[in-house]
Amino acid sequence: MSGIETWRALLGERNPDEVVTTALVRDVQLPGGAGTMALITLDNGFDHTKPNTFGTRGLLALNGALSEIATRTDLAAVGVTGKPFVFAVGADLKGAAEVTSREEALAIAQLGHHVFRRLGELPIPSFAFVNGAAMGGGLEVALHCAYRTISSGVPALALPECSLGLVPGWGGTQLLPRLIGPANAIKLIIENPLAQNRMIKGAQAYELGIADAMFEPADFLEESLRWAARVLKGEVSVERPSHDGWEKAVADARFLVDMKLHGAAPAPYRALDLIALAETATPDEGFAAEDEALADLLMSDELRAGLYAFDLVQRRAKRPVGAPDRSLARKVGKVGVVGAGLMASQMALLFARRLEVPVVLTDLDQARLDKGVGYVHAEVDKLLAKGRVSADQANRLKALVTGSLTKDAFADADFVIEAVFEDMAVKKQVFAEVEAVVSAECVLATNTSSLSLTEMGADLARPERLVGFHFFNPVAVMPLLEIIRGAATDDATLATAFAVGKSLKKSSVLVKDAPAFVVNRLLTRFMGEVISAVDEGTPLETAEHALDGLGLPMTPFALLQLVGPAVGLHVAETLHEAFPDRFGLSENLAKLVAAGKPGVYRPDFTLDPEAVALFEGGAAPSTAEQVRERVLRALATEIRIMLDEGVVAAPEDIDLCMILGAGWPFHLGGITPYLDRTGISQPRFLAPGVASVPA
Amino acid sequence: MPSSRDVVFVDGVRTPFGRSGPKGLYAETRADDLVVRVIRELIRRNPNLPPERVDEVAIAATTQIGDQGLTIGRSAAVLAGLPKTVPGYAIDRMCAGAMTAVTTVAGGIAFGAYDVAIAGGVEHMGRHPMGEGVDPNPRFLSEKLVDPSALVMGMTAENLHDRYPQITKERADAYAVLSQERAAKAYADGKIQPDLVPTAIRTAEKGWGLAVEDEAPRPGTTMEALSGLKTPFRPHGHVTAGNSSGINDGATGCVVAAADVAAELGLTPKMRLVSYAFAGVDPEVMGVGPIPSTERALRLAGLDISDIGLFEINEAFAVQVLAFLDHFGIAEDDPRVNPYGGAIAYGHPLASSGVRLMTQLARQFGERPDVRYGITTMCVGMGMGGTVIWENLA
Repeated sequence: MSGIETWRALLGERNPDEVVTTALVRDVQLPGGAGTMALITLDNGFDHTKPNTFGTRGLLALNGALSEIATRTDLAAVGVTGKPFVFAVGADLKGAAEVTSREEALAIAQLGHHVFRRLGELPIPSFAFVNGAAMGGGLEVALHCAYRTISSGVPALALPECSLGLVPGWGGTQLLPRLIGPANAIKLIIENPLAQNRMIKGAQAYELGIADAMFEPADFLEESLRWAARVLKGEVSVERPSHDGWEKAVADARFLVDMKLHGAAPAPYRALDLIALAETATPDEGFAAEDEALADLLMSDELRAGLYAFDLVQRRAKRPVGAPDRSLARKVGKVGVVGAGLMASQMALLFARRLEVPVVLTDLDQARLDKGVGYVHAEVDKLLAKGRVSADQANRLKALVTGSLTKDAFADADFVIEAVFEDMAVKKQVFAEVEAVVSAECVLATNTSSLSLTEMGADLARPERLVGFHFFNPVAVMPLLEIIRGAATDDATLATAFAVGKSLKKSSVLVKDAPAFVVNRLLTRFMGEVISAVDEGTPLETAEHALDGLGLPMTPFALLQLVGPAVGLHVAETLHEAFPDRFGLSENLAKLVAAGKPGVYRPDFTLDPEAVALFEGGAAPSTAEQVRERVLRALATEIRIMLDEGVVAAPEDIDLCMILGAGWPFHLGGITPYLDRTGISQPRFLAPGVASVPA
Repeated sequence: MPSSRDVVFVDGVRTPFGRSGPKGLYAETRADDLVVRVIRELIRRNPNLPPERVDEVAIAATTQIGDQGLTIGRSAAVLAGLPKTVPGYAIDRMCAGAMTAVTTVAGGIAFGAYDVAIAGGVEHMGRHPMGEGVDPNPRFLSEKLVDPSALVMGMTAENLHDRYPQITKERADAYAVLSQERAAKAYADGKIQPDLVPTAIRTAEKGWGLAVEDEAPRPGTTMEALSGLKTPFRPHGHVTAGNSSGINDGATGCVVAAADVAAELGLTPKMRLVSYAFAGVDPEVMGVGPIPSTERALRLAGLDISDIGLFEINEAFAVQVLAFLDHFGIAEDDPRVNPYGGAIAYGHPLASSGVRLMTQLARQFGERPDVRYGITTMCVGMGMGGTVIWENLA
């Protein structure tokens, strides 16, 4: 059997639900007598909301088209473009998740190479006309072509593989560095995927040299074909600069990746090795190395956790489990914010920008009120200066946000949220005042991070309208919203909260009314164990770096510094009160707060000896490994208890919260896949194969 | 404001014309996208024309709904990426839409309201079949304001054969054969291609392609083949698909400017507008319209028909061309008349055709510096004719 037949036999039926991207071939007479081009359109038959991807059958379809083209002698060139608005966005991830053996994984890698490299190895020149979004394998199709044009309207171009736990291994690691140089290629292949999957636009791709020519979207294909004709007739010559500095670029990147991941995820390291190899490898050598890397990574738990996390963020986050029917949601035409502090002001800005309705802040003190509204106006001016809003929009936003010394201004509000001091009595007082003014339907929301919602609503005339609406700091940036249902909260209120969350472009997760909800509870448990270890005598630096191997976004004490020791202590106290057995209270942490220190680090991120000294004196030090295991066991225990308590519906929601609210990484799958694969959780949280290589 | 200025035709282009219908070139292509392509090509071909100097975009369409609605001159200007300061509007005089777009902006230029304008037309007769959405007032018939045949163009052509019995079906067919032959020769000689803008086409079934030439011409058409065609408008009638223009999709456009502004910008005008006229006739014989409109335009210009060295007459129907030629005593195979062939070969996407005539006349002028005057003329539904007289600047 030929390679193709082997791959077809091995993979052909792997994903019977594959949405097949077909390769439609049509002859095009090129302008100016440049001859005939066989133009391939990649099209899966759906509109742009379901972009082209490559599964096995799609690859075989493209291969078939190229085979037919290869038999023809009348062609001057071959071209590839996408369906409207989309070029192609990479491999069919569902197919990747189905792979159960290394043999199959290797076959997927080899099949992709076999098909794509034909584009660059036909006897006639090949052109890619990148008309729309191009990612992963989609971009690699273009890279295999001899020439590329790109539309200035392309909204997203990326090689996101490393963010999931793969490498762009259908030629990307070999072709891109040679095209645009190792440093720029590393930016696309490694740095951007590790920076919240940053993407670039058409114009940036052109500037980087990924495309040889750029045309406007209005007649992109026509002008691309005209350009191709000129290339074929020798009227345009394409210069490709040579690149050096490979060793330094790779070494610099390795340093950065180490800082971020400490070896926690294999993909970026494999990508770096492949990019280094690209300097001297022949295509055969380079592509073979990519095959091996892909096969290894496809069979890695880190990738499976990455695919699981991707699915959570892409799907589960958009359809929150347990949210009531959308049709129950009430319209929100005006928002009230109690308080005019920083958090309140940030919320007011977000509500005004996303809901585009009047937002009124209240405070008892005119100076605070002026400061709060002033903050919003200043932020709007910053958006204007950056060109993020027009002058008219800036005027509109500023006019939407006003302040009031009395709560009468809430009389016609549909949604009032409080962001006052984290104290039960204060909050109850505030809501009593608000309820005296607002309509019967107005939803009352609290941004509390730890107080009991049920208790907060106990004295309300209509406790069913109270809901928890827990933002993460900074409000404008963090994508998670914990929506808390109290014992009395009704469906209409909850549905309204979810609808508002969606309008705010946040990902909402439904959480039961439980101390500190999800993210803060787990982070506090996590911190509590680390601090206990230090209190017991473990050197602070040992504890601080005991979990480096997980590749978390921040070390524990850096996180404490960001949150602020006082806030951290407050949440710890709340949780201690609720669960004294599991949440200890650190006297040393209290001392740190009392000393007025911002944390254990100085502004230059060196340890502050005075702060470190506060933690000294323990007599039972642990090793780093002991700290690590202790922390992970505590997390597993706490998550199990939370699931038993019904704080969230499933481990998936825990992971979604930790990914979106704490920035915990894809390669851990949030956290439960990691606890499962390291054997810490007994029994497992997720069945084998859900976020791991199937047994 | 100057009281009057010379108006010049700078440049004209069009998309290839397609056959309408599910298998046609533009079966799944939007009409407004065709216009956008034309506007962008005009700007690209005339780099001395700063886009912000375009003062108006007048685009004609007969059926102004869907992708031909939304004030298509303005919407296409925005889609084409012209500066948002450039206004636009939509025009309708059925078949003479693009011609009227040119004469209307020309009037504005002469008056001093504009310096430079883009004028053109579009008709996607596949997406917008003739008569789509029309709602004729019942008074037309109850008061016998028009004959019932007046709204069916093929019937009006048969009516013309009644009026001019000397125009036989054989003469009409012979004229059609000549039109096809001349079009084929013009293509072979490369006269048409320079003013076509290659246009991307896509169907869900076939993917992307490129329209590079007209789809309608049938080179090699013979008298014999034509004699066998049906006469759909009357049993044993005269008018067939072979001696008429077809049902087509396409767009045209041109740059019209004040002569002094064209000089200031360094544009190269091809023709000067001498005069224009529109005239009404009985709607049931709308095909005679070009006769009175031409007489009027000649009178306004102080010219005689013998002064005209080149004619571009729209071939909606062969009979209507022959009626015109007979009236002015011009031989039906006169080499001055439609030397590149006409709509019988190229097709007639209603409101777009007027500018095709001008673009072809301009190219002929370029080849014939000895010719001073030419006319573009066409018949129009509801009983009208339109004529524009041009002076050769080549």
